[in-house]
Amino acid sequence: MTTPAPVELDEPDVSSVVQLEDPWVTIVWNDPVNLMSYVAYVFRNYFGYTEEKAHELMLAVHEDGKAVVSSGSREQMERHVQAMHEYGLWATLQQADA
Amino acid sequence: MKPFRRRRRGGICATFEPGEAQVLSSLAGQVVELLRDRSGTQEADPDPLAAELGLGAGPTLPPEDPVLQRLLPDAYREDADDAAEFRKFTERSLTSTKAANAETLITTLVDSGFDPGDESDRPVEVELSPDQVQAWLRSLTDVRLALAVRLGIETDDDALAVHESDDEATAAMADVYDWLGYVQESLVVALE
Repeated sequence: MTTPAPVELDEPDVSSVVQLEDPWVTIVWNDPVNLMSYVAYVFRNYFGYTEEKAHELMLAVHEDGKAVVSSGSREQMERHVQAMHEYGLWATLQQADA
Repeated sequence: MKPFRRRRRGGICATFEPGEAQVLSSLAGQVVELLRDRSGTQEADPDPLAAELGLGAGPTLPPEDPVLQRLLPDAYREDADDAAEFRKFTERSLTSTKAANAETLITTLVDSGFDPGDESDRPVEVELSPDQVQAWLRSLTDVRLALAVRLGIETDDDALAVHESDDEATAAMADVYDWLGYVQESLVVALE
């Protein structure tokens, strides 16, 4: 094991970096099968959302037909979509402005 | 049946009649078979062990079977190339995870005294570990998704309409579908 030697760095200018690429989003789509209680459970337990936020997102899926449940890098969103499919939820990812 | 509940010591328990355990086990077994067919026949893999473990490149096209289509959906809605690429590297793993969940459900029942050949009416009492809870939640979902596709349930109204069906087999399947929803709901509530 090793520890890095201390070096002095200028603070990187993050604002210009994150804007190079549009963020990606994970969308969960409504389906007539999954129980409302289960969908809220998944949002709480997988994403770690509060009961209130999980419930809100579940209702958005149910009433609007879909909801953005997470945003970030493409790789992160791909992991989330795979996890949602393991839970049996119908999820896709896309660029935020698409 | 006694639906899922949390015991005072924390265990998550339910009791099924042998006929109910039979239905659960049989439906989960059918999901396993469907998934195995999918991982077995696609674009013949030179390394069957890798395929079994969910490793290596998998199929790029979505399944033709509508149940498998729902269990293994596209990750990209707009872009077929992205969807194919994602499927190629993730479907194997998703398929084997889903099969393993269904097998956990069946094993739990067998370990709790369920014997398909047994004619006795001894109830099957299951107590789920945290890992088994996760497998049951996901597997019950997969079984319900599969039944819903076979029943043609595509909207909330369809879900109500199948009960009015004049076809006895459809009505019976709709009852099983509802019952599975009841079992799953009790499990989710017991976890809260």
